[in-house]
Amino acid sequence: MENLKTTPLLAEHERHKALIAPFGGWQMPIQYEGIIAEHRWCREKAALFDICHMGEFLYRGDIVAGGLEDVFTFSVKSIPVGRSRYGFLLNETGGVIDDLIVFRLAEDEAMIVVNAATIANDFAVIHSRLKNGALLSDISDATGKLDLQGPLSRQVLVDAFGPEIGSIPYFKFIRTTILGAEAIVSRTGYTGELGYEIFLPADRVVELWQLLLNDERVKPAGLGARDVLRLEVGYSLYGSDIDEETTPLEAGLAAFVNFDKEFVGKAALLRQQQEGLGKVKVAFQVASRRSPRHHYEICSEGENVGHVTSGVFSPMLGCGVGLGFVKPAVAAIGSPLTIRHEAISMEAAVVELPFYKGGSLRS
Amino acid sequence: MSETYYTKEHEWAKIKEGVAAVGITEYAAHQLGDVTFVELPQVGKVVKQFEVLAAIESVKAASDIYAPLSGKVIKVNDALNDQPEIVNEAAEDAGWIAWVELADLAELQNLMTRAQYDDYVRGLE
Repeated sequence: MENLKTTPLLAEHERHKALIAPFGGWQMPIQYEGIIAEHRWCREKAALFDICHMGEFLYRGDIVAGGLEDVFTFSVKSIPVGRSRYGFLLNETGGVIDDLIVFRLAEDEAMIVVNAATIANDFAVIHSRLKNGALLSDISDATGKLDLQGPLSRQVLVDAFGPEIGSIPYFKFIRTTILGAEAIVSRTGYTGELGYEIFLPADRVVELWQLLLNDERVKPAGLGARDVLRLEVGYSLYGSDIDEETTPLEAGLAAFVNFDKEFVGKAALLRQQQEGLGKVKVAFQVASRRSPRHHYEICSEGENVGHVTSGVFSPMLGCGVGLGFVKPAVAAIGSPLTIRHEAISMEAAVVELPFYKGGSLRS
Repeated sequence: MSETYYTKEHEWAKIKEGVAAVGITEYAAHQLGDVTFVELPQVGKVVKQFEVLAAIESVKAASDIYAPLSGKVIKVNDALNDQPEIVNEAAEDAGWIAWVELADLAELQNLMTRAQYDDYVRGLE
């Protein structure tokens, strides 16, 4: 049995009768009252997620002279202080080592937020690419993270902590004081709803969790609901939809790659741009309530043309939806696909993202 | 008088006058979590004991439902097409899957009584 890590909230999850399961090396809450009920609560009210498993690195030093500017597929120096940006850490062949968000905390300070399962490797890779590795520190263990997501999340936070939080635009953040501790409140998330990611010292997380759950507009939601929510709006999940064998171009995420700057993997991406893609990401909607699932086959006119990377029953659409990779010839919007696995077969069609268009994300 | 029997795969069969109403147990429904889809068998389908009768999906998993007894499907629960969540709400009642006209009552000896099934489930936990 591998040694699973726990967040400071494990006892709280058990108190809320969560189903706990391993995720990315951590014991995490998968669901409390039920995945669909929690999903709906997030779409209609405000759902609270324990995201303490994700990693945070702090970089302190000159962004360009220290080497951080050349590490990711996007420019860090051009992120205004108080804003964050999403993008990738790539390998030499253009494969995605991780997808991450960089928060520009100050002129000479940035926080890098990475996936839980990739913390150790990400740190080693970023460290090795810096001119001065001493500028980077792993603050994951000391940093707690709670996500409050849903159309009522703004009002909940304003009622609890004052009006300043109410004015944060999408992909901006503020540094503030919560429960007497230094905190970052960021208008970002993984659900397609209006929402916030709150970073604060790990030893204050239980207190914030309890305070927010005292508000009757807030209920806890687990990683099961989080996966349905993110897939309904077409966000990629690292390890399922993107990995070291997949480039951002194949994954349809070229918008997060800046070719006007240097980064590891750029040459491979330029080569791929010239030679053409062998596989491309598609989003598809199933004609029934059946769920496509990771690794199911994708067929077109009886031939295998790819595989599913993520799939789920969408409660908002009332049908199955999924992401996968296919040959470019069958990737056009409207192309019919058949999803297969053993005795299971379902008809589907390529659609545009997001699947669910009614989210409160930018409200 | 009706009597209910259970399988190790967590199906139930409630038998009355040579016909069995068939479904999955509350334990199975709870394990699956939110049920999102039920593939009902065709009326007229002939099944053998412990062969695939239907399929069920939840947010978490896709699984087969096996016939507790051999026979012919004479009726299916069409309500599950639009409201598969009935299986979560009442797995051993309104969440029934199909009625099977039984071919061989001797097959009952391969099934468990409620008390035996409860013991079996306790052994799984």
